[in-house]
Amino acid sequence: MKNESITKTFAVATALCVVCAIIVSLSDVMLKETQLRNKALDKQVNILSAAGLVEPGAKVSAEEAASLFANAETVVVDLTTGDVVDLDPAIVESDKTNLLELAEEDDVAGIKTINKYAVVYVFKDEQGAIKTVVLPIVGQGLWSTLHGFLALNGDLKTVAHIVFYDHGETPGLGGEISNPVWTKNWEGKTAVDESGNPVIHVVKGSAENAEDPANAVDGISGATLTGKGVTNTVTFWLDYKGYRPFLSRLRNGEPLASTSSETSPADANEN
Amino acid sequence: MKLNDTQKKNLLEPLFNNNPVFVQILGICSALAVTTSLRSAVTMALAVTFVTAFSNVGVSLIRKAIPGSIRMIVEMVIIATLVILVDQLIKAFSYDLSKQLSVYVGLIITNCIVMGRAEAFAIKNGPCESLMDGIGNGLGYGLVLIVVAFFRELFGFGKIFGFVVFKTVQNGGWYVPNGLMVTAPAAFFLIGGIIWILKTYNKKLQDAE
Repeated sequence: MKNESITKTFAVATALCVVCAIIVSLSDVMLKETQLRNKALDKQVNILSAAGLVEPGAKVSAEEAASLFANAETVVVDLTTGDVVDLDPAIVESDKTNLLELAEEDDVAGIKTINKYAVVYVFKDEQGAIKTVVLPIVGQGLWSTLHGFLALNGDLKTVAHIVFYDHGETPGLGGEISNPVWTKNWEGKTAVDESGNPVIHVVKGSAENAEDPANAVDGISGATLTGKGVTNTVTFWLDYKGYRPFLSRLRNGEPLASTSSETSPADANEN
Repeated sequence: MKLNDTQKKNLLEPLFNNNPVFVQILGICSALAVTTSLRSAVTMALAVTFVTAFSNVGVSLIRKAIPGSIRMIVEMVIIATLVILVDQLIKAFSYDLSKQLSVYVGLIITNCIVMGRAEAFAIKNGPCESLMDGIGNGLGYGLVLIVVAFFRELFGFGKIFGFVVFKTVQNGGWYVPNGLMVTAPAAFFLIGGIIWILKTYNKKLQDAE
């Protein structure tokens, strides 16, 4: 058969496609589990480092991460009401049907939509008191979307730690937001005032020269706009559209138990 | 395996005398993107070498059966398959690096060196010669990445392979990192500089007047 005939062309194309498709699907099927495990571990390590339980950048094995995670309670929060709801965290995070559009004046962080439900991680000490609350945050930096975790101390007012695990800011400038040396500046700063208003912000230059050093975080030189993005992101998530309703419930000493399970017996009685 | 002279030539020529980046000026885009750290440069070098070597072998094995009308598409499918394979492997076994390299592993598909070698060499030569040519060109590209990454990581971050050499001001040291080095244009300047130096000393590389 001549190489240039139509039959031959189709035969070669089909055979090649079948062989390549088999190779690609095999590699996907065989490696999927390892890849998902890597991804899950990476996320756990980020949460743990936000909670201050592992050193940033340290190698943590899956077993260590799981044992440290044993003290954590994973709760799903309805952001609009601040209620803890009884939903599966894995489903909530991937569910795109719960997205809420943000009005322009509310959209401080520049993210346009937010998920109605957020998955937060509460770490407790031996007495069962809250030690740290790790809140996922996302917002617009200078070039890219910043993804991170903000951890508040048990008083729910001061910052325990902050990490940014995914962003596309300029390395060496805005990219320094993921440098542990810089994120250390956040530790112990006051994030919200007595009435719950977010007050923490990244300043230009040194926090010592700011009017309110307790609420100010050192700026990164050459990255003023990224710093602004970080301030907006944190402000958004600590305010009414973010975790403020949830945090004020926690401050009032409301338990973490899901409220939907408390209401369900009442529903049953009505029926 | 003992290499004969042609195979040796196919392997070594692309490293220096016919380097794909310096001499053929191919594959520049990815050389800008992944050379901010040596670790990502080395991974990228290995990935490209793997893809070039085996796409060359693949194309060479079926070169007599490929109809001319779909020649380039066939080459592309082979290359794309190998790149997906590499991407999956990196994601599974070196997750940190896969985050750092992000889309650039997938973009090996568009690296002109891979396609260029398939078109210029593998389609006309046997699998052994093609393998050597692929490895040679992959390593030639990798060599450039590593040289460029060495300078960018050292002067941009004060580190070599992640180990601190100059302690930077951000981390409480004395070294003020060079902001240019961490951005893409630095790779342009470095590659340009290296081409200049090589062409000055290697008369063979100079364009005929």
